[in-house]
Parts: sequence; C-alpha cells; structure tokens
Amino acid sequence: MTAALGPSVFGLDPLYDGGVGLAEVLITLLKVGVAFAVLLVAVMLMIWFERKLISDMQNRIGPNLAGPFGIFQTLADGIKLFFKEDLIPEQSDRLVFKLAPYLSLVPAFLVFAVVPVGGDFSGGNGGISLFGHETFLQVSDPPVGILLVLAMSSVAVYGVMLAGWSSGSKYPLLASVRASAQMVSYEAALGLSLAAVLLKSGSLSTNQIVAEQSVWNWNLWVTWVVPMVIFLIAATAELNRPPFDLVEAEQELVGGFHTEYSSIRFALFYLAEFMNTITMSAIVVTLFLGGPNGPDFTTVGWLSGLLWFFIKLMLFLFSFVWLRATLPRFRYDQLMDLGWKLLIPLSLGWLLVLASYDVAGDRGWNRAAAVIVMLAIMAALAGLLALALRAARQRRELDPQGGFA
Amino acid sequence: METAVFIVCAAIVLAGALGVVLARNPVHAALSLVGTLFGMAVLFLNLEAHFLAAVQIIVYAGAIVVLFLFVIMLLGVDRLEDLSVEPITGQRTLAALVGLGTFGLAVAFILSSDIGAVGHIQVLTLDITDQYSNLRQIADVLFTDYVYAFEATAALLTISVVGAVVMSRRMARSDEAQESAGDD
Repeated sequence: MTAALGPSVFGLDPLYDGGVGLAEVLITLLKVGVAFAVLLVAVMLMIWFERKLISDMQNRIGPNLAGPFGIFQTLADGIKLFFKEDLIPEQSDRLVFKLAPYLSLVPAFLVFAVVPVGGDFSGGNGGISLFGHETFLQVSDPPVGILLVLAMSSVAVYGVMLAGWSSGSKYPLLASVRASAQMVSYEAALGLSLAAVLLKSGSLSTNQIVAEQSVWNWNLWVTWVVPMVIFLIAATAELNRPPFDLVEAEQELVGGFHTEYSSIRFALFYLAEFMNTITMSAIVVTLFLGGPNGPDFTTVGWLSGLLWFFIKLMLFLFSFVWLRATLPRFRYDQLMDLGWKLLIPLSLGWLLVLASYDVAGDRGWNRAAAVIVMLAIMAALAGLLALALRAARQRRELDPQGGFA
Repeated sequence: METAVFIVCAAIVLAGALGVVLARNPVHAALSLVGTLFGMAVLFLNLEAHFLAAVQIIVYAGAIVVLFLFVIMLLGVDRLEDLSVEPITGQRTLAALVGLGTFGLAVAFILSSDIGAVGHIQVLTLDITDQYSNLRQIADVLFTDYVYAFEATAALLTISVVGAVVMSRRMARSDEAQESAGDD
C-alpha cells in the first residue's frame, strides 16, 4: 500500500484525502476530545487498579470506601489535591518550577495520539467509517509516527530534570540528575530495539506497522522475541517504574524530583506518570502484539479491534503492577550496567542478525546459514566485550582510586 | 497557510534565539534554545521534511540540550552571570562585528539568489519526490552516493568518543597501581 504523501502535513489518514473541510475539522476535534477524555478516565481507573491489585498481592484490602470497590478513590484524591495549598519554595526558580509539571504532562498526552486503538486490519488498512467519512481510529497518523514517540519520551526528560533543578533543594536535584541520566541512557536501548520492528515493517507510520502485522504476523515472533524483551525493560526504565524507580527511592532521596511539589502541581506529575504507563503499554501493544489485530469474535466489525487492543493493553498494565509487587529496586550501578553493557549491545547485535536474515533472502543465500554465521560473529564480539569488561573490572579492583578523574 | 505557519514559527525561533543571548540565567538560556529548536522542527514540517523535524527534536532537543543542562547543573554554573566585566578585552565589539557580518552575508545571499525563503521545497540539492517517504529518500542517498562520507563520519564520532574517554582518565596513577599490585 503506497499511501500518497502529497502536500498533507496532517498525516496519512484517509480522512484528509479529499481536502480539509468543516466536516474533517469537526471529526478531528471529536477524535482529539475523545482521546483526551478517555485517557484521563483511564488514568483514574489505572491508579485505582494498581492500588487495588497491589493490595491484593500484599494481602490487604486497599481503597474500599469511595464508591463501589473504592473506584472513586482517585477522584477523591484529585479533589483533595486540588484544594490543598500550593507551596512554592523560597529558593526555587519560580518560572521553571511552574513550567516543569506541564513539560511532563504534555508529552504523555501527545504520545497517545499516534496509537491505533481499533479498526479492522484483516482486510484493509484499518479505516472505519465515521459519519460517512473514512478515518483511522487514532488521532493522527504522521509519516514519522513512531519517531514521535521517541521524540516525546526525550522531551519528557525536561519535566523531570527542570522540576528537580528549579526546586532549589538538594534531594530533588540529585533525584533529577539520576532520573535524567537513567532516561537518556535507556532511550538508546529503546530506540535500537524499535529499529528491529522498523526493519521488518518498512514504515514509521504506526498504522502501517499495525497493518503489516495483520492478522497473526505479530512482530513479537517476526523479530524473534528478543527486541520485545529489550523494549519492555527499557520502557520500564524510561517510565521510572519499579524495579527501576531509583528516582523515587524514598530512603535515599526523600520523595524524588517532586519532593517540593504540592497540590495540583504534584497531581500533574502523578497524572503524567500513570499516563505514561498507559501510553507506553499501548505502544508495546502497537509495535509487538499487532495492536487491534486478532480474530473477529463479534458481529460488529470495529468492536473486535477495540476489544483486542484493550485485552492486550490490560495484560501489560497488569504486568507493570505485578513487577512492582515482586521485584526489589535496582542499585544505580546495576541499572547503568544493564543499560549500557547488556541491552544496547544486545539490541544492536540482534538488529544485525535480523538484517542478515533479510539480506540472505534478497540475495538468494541460505537464510539459516547466514543467521548462524551472523550469530557466531555476534557471539565472538560479545566474548570480546565480556573480556574487556572483566579486564576493566580487575584493573578497577587493583586501583580503586584510578579511572575517571 | 504555509506563510502563516512560517511567520509564527519564525517569531518563536527568533524569540528563542534572543532568549539564549539575553537570558542571564544559563538554564533559562538553554530552555530558550529548546524553544528555538522546536520552532525549527515545525518549520521543517512546513517544508514536508517530516523526518528532519522528528530528528531535530530527538537529537537536538532530546539529547544535546539535555547534555547542556546536565553540565550546567553538575558544574553549578546555574547562577546569574555578572555582565559588568568583559572577560576578554574587545570581545564584545568583535562579537558584534562578526554577528553583523554574518547577518549581512545571509541577507546578501538571499537577495542575490533567485530562491525565495518561503514555500520553496526545491531549495535542497535534490528534489523531494512524493513517491517515497522522506526516510526512504534520505536512506537511498545516504547509503549509495554518500556512503563513504557517512562511514567516515561514523568513524570520526567513534574516534572522538574513544578520545574523550581516554583523555578523561587519570593516567598518572597507572604506575602506582602496578606498585600496589606488586604488594599483594
């Protein structure tokens, strides 16, 4: 499917194929509004879900007073936070202090815009009919779709970094330096594991990535599992969720980068954090689990896609909570070792192995042989890397004061 | 439509650039730079260079300015600057002259050439075709015509990284390390 790029800066959505009139603008506004509202409600439910689930795992009851099963607990908390006094520390940089929560929140919202949440991809391109206009079930489908996700996750670093710095207090500053180092480091692994998906899909557009995976051609097995594992680990680190939540290590850093924040500004950080969890899970579903793809078990065409998407999304949201309940927090050096010395070389090597498979297919070579040769080369390189790391460690043990100035 | 976007973005870019120069706090200056980079990303979008726009944000806003901020925070230079003293004598006059000269050259270039500044995609050395995506066109050129230049740049970056690591290590301690190793 070669979608005509044309003069449109609005993306590849068939909605804009016939020019942009009033109806198109209204449909776009509707989609934006619905995505916004759904995301906010989803965050509310996600916070409740996490608290309820983790209390089940820890053998306690959890929130149970506000509404049935305590489902309105988040709403109550939100209202409470809204009416609390908003404190701005004396030593803070007022402008940046006020700006930082929004720098966290806006990227969290924007990422969700490129996620295809539904649509029937088994026969066509996933377009559905909305008020007589054909459109995708995603707010926007820019030609660089998945790069927008990377861009927004790198912009989200600013919120954390500036919040810590502008507080004018030492623990938030330490936490924000830690957090931004962590997020910048794991972005590399995130991007490299994503490259494996792009290699197989041949497109950056999220809609086409999902269409390529229709119906059972999921990237999870098309890229041979490893990229998804790397992506999940890197995403967990990127989200600052346990076991990578060093940013909020209470024992070391009071409350983390948002220690000095209170009232609605704190609520915005909290909102952004949970929203990022939801959008990142949605991205994993889109990239590796075929998005809304799945056997149609309903009679209404578009409903099945939405349901499949929701089921897959819940799988990851549950796993994130499960990880939090199960795993202890990483130490800082372990975190950096895992990111730089394991995930990045592994994802790079895997990308080359996948590429060798593709090249062998194009040239008519024996694919299995090409992959085995490539794996042998990678194993040799990994051995060299391990040797180098061991030598460096031995030198460090001999001379603890040496090394970096 | 294109012109309106251009005017708004140009205003943002210029405001950010002025902020970089005029802000007294280095962190505010770095943030203004982010504003400029975002404005430029939208300008790229306006020229249908989607990939460049995304890369502009990922690389410049997401990595380079974050590193600037890191250095500013870690070195503790995030205080207001004292602008009353000129660090190098005659620095400001020279800077003003060079700035004016560069501006003059840019204006002369635009006036003397027949390319308009707005709305012309053909300014690039190669025409963008609508047939393939940005990414594919860039990759085609990068991995065929310019593959040696591309590889050389990659090697250069690797060398500079290795060089930075080597230079940041304290070499003077290496013989002490051998002595202590002999003691064991």
